[in-house]
Amino acid sequence: MISSQSNIWKATLLGATFALLTITGCHHDHASAIPANAGAPDNSGGPAPTASLTADPPSIDLGQSVVLNWRTTNATSVTIDGIGQLPINGTQTVSPSNSTNFHLIAKGDGGVTEANVRVTVRVPVVPSMGADNNTDGDMGSEAAFHQNVQDLFYDYDSFDLRPDAQSSVMHAASYLNAHPAIKVLIGGYCDDRGSAEYNITLGENRANAAKTALVSAGVSANRLRVVSYGKEKQFCTEENESCWQQNRRAQFTLDK
Amino acid sequence: MKSIRAGKNVSLFAVLFASIAVPSMHAQDWFHLETSGGATRIRIAVANFKPQAGDPAAYKHTFDTTLFADLTAAGLFDIVSKDMIPQSTPGTQAEISLAQWSAAPASAAMVAFGNVGVANDRLVVNGFLDDAKNAQYPQVFAKQYNEAASDDSARQIAHRFADEIIARLGGGVSGIAETKIYYSKRTGTGKEIWEMDYDGANQHEITHLGAISISPRVSPDNSRVAFSSLGKDGFQIKMYSLLLGRLVNFTSAGGTNVSPAWAPSGQQLAFSSSRTGDPEIWISDPEGRVAHKITSFIGPDVSPTWNPKTGGQIAWISGRTHLPQLYIMDADGSGVQRLTDGGYATSPSWSPNGQFLTFAWDRKYGPGAPGGQDIYVMEIASKKWIQLTHDIGPCDFPSWSPDGRHIVFANGNGAHTRIMSMLADGTQKQALTGAGSDMPNWSWK
Repeated sequence: MISSQSNIWKATLLGATFALLTITGCHHDHASAIPANAGAPDNSGGPAPTASLTADPPSIDLGQSVVLNWRTTNATSVTIDGIGQLPINGTQTVSPSNSTNFHLIAKGDGGVTEANVRVTVRVPVVPSMGADNNTDGDMGSEAAFHQNVQDLFYDYDSFDLRPDAQSSVMHAASYLNAHPAIKVLIGGYCDDRGSAEYNITLGENRANAAKTALVSAGVSANRLRVVSYGKEKQFCTEENESCWQQNRRAQFTLDK
Repeated sequence: MKSIRAGKNVSLFAVLFASIAVPSMHAQDWFHLETSGGATRIRIAVANFKPQAGDPAAYKHTFDTTLFADLTAAGLFDIVSKDMIPQSTPGTQAEISLAQWSAAPASAAMVAFGNVGVANDRLVVNGFLDDAKNAQYPQVFAKQYNEAASDDSARQIAHRFADEIIARLGGGVSGIAETKIYYSKRTGTGKEIWEMDYDGANQHEITHLGAISISPRVSPDNSRVAFSSLGKDGFQIKMYSLLLGRLVNFTSAGGTNVSPAWAPSGQQLAFSSSRTGDPEIWISDPEGRVAHKITSFIGPDVSPTWNPKTGGQIAWISGRTHLPQLYIMDADGSGVQRLTDGGYATSPSWSPNGQFLTFAWDRKYGPGAPGGQDIYVMEIASKKWIQLTHDIGPCDFPSWSPDGRHIVFANGNGAHTRIMSMLADGTQKQALTGAGSDMPNWSWK
């Protein structure tokens, strides 16, 4: 197993981005969540606002309610995405139809700060006959899926899960466990080098390694379908390590 | 394992069976192509055929060039240049003056000649082969061909006449001029299975699935082509009947199923299947039934090829020790033996006499490594090998011709891949197709 310098850097970067995502659970610009940002307008005087946001209970069955509770200091205005302008301290009862990230923005003279909380909605497994009218609610959005279930990348000629993939798998598994109606197609891909037939079996092993990791993390095996494309469906075709790395992956898509 | 490179100008067409040499001796001592025992190449002159009734000029041109090319490609003959043959065009036995042909500069030992005519839209060819040194009874054989006139039939008649000559002079091994090559060709976004004559002529599409279809393998009786096609459930083995002109049943049982290989009996198919999770080698009947697994080791197992001589052994590629290596085993999965000592080995094809494997090998595989993927031949008994391609870009998917004298293979990167053929000692390389053609498979007869 060999990977180039730039690749290690890339993987590290990917891991760091991911860790951040896991902590904030935020869909939005990651950089704005970094506290240093909030302190930026210090020269305008006034201390930076602080904010906390909690949900009770943090996970519900579909149809139940949750109480959001927020507390801020040094804030002059507070908004929560999807709800709107709110008092600077308060509570709000919500009943989301699927798992939702609530995103609070507190603005004050000292700057802007944010807080997030995730409410997990357990959706009962629907019989397949009911799938038609339920897909919207259960499956979450395509964007949310790709945000939470990210492709896994592999070393050269290897189908072993890399250390940086473990956190991706754990995050993907928790998203999938929170959205039991989602079925996932795991595609195995290889870079352009090597032989076509061998690469199909290598891609199969890659996709299977991803499946095994998800199953170990509690995702039911019958929701996961594996297809190996070998090197027949390339993401890119340049002859360099960056492109080869992008092709050496297990790709997750909604299996509709 | 000894690394031995074949010399380029050595007369390789010598002995049928390899005599295993002491390692310090030359490569040529063990690697020979199968032809008649020990002789140097037979010097043969090919006359331009004499035009007869009708206006056969166009057909005659096709016939003459095809016959000359076939005998050249056979690798058996020392062919007299057309610049050196007598000016006369004898059309019949009575018209030939053999002394002209056996004398210098032609100095031919054998002469092929005859006539071509068109009558009632029928192409009629009379072909003769004479022994130029036998003044009393020179004729080796005479053959008449009569077919609906077309450029293709002129080419096919030339192939059959060439194969008649080769069958007589080739030490008992039939010619290949009538054989076919199946391959995978890019068509827009997909790949279809195509067929062509052994010399690259007559290229045409066989399947029309609009999918990605790869790894064609024709059955020993030329009745079916097994291949692998990418659908919603990944790659699955498909079976196309060349007689019915449509897909016929092949049962799939889940997982990815690729790289089919016919047993020489035509009664069994080996292939790679991940139906139980890990890709392993399985064997089934030609409809995909009574499937059973013969390998059990984590890691990719793929690209089986049967020993066509015995039907009792299978060579294949396994990634069980990380990089793919070449292995052989008995057809029941026992007696596993690794043949390559490293690098990245793929795509084996077993020689018709059972003694050799040809495969693609990158001996110095890895990022930054200087290796190239080239075609090799290994003698199974000794594990000695020679390299057949050098510095022409990546080569893959070698496939033996049924006479064991030729190898067809894919050369080039991605969409630029084309199909080439060569003699099994690496000489006489020639491109058979343009870009976009890959994974050639030579028919069994």
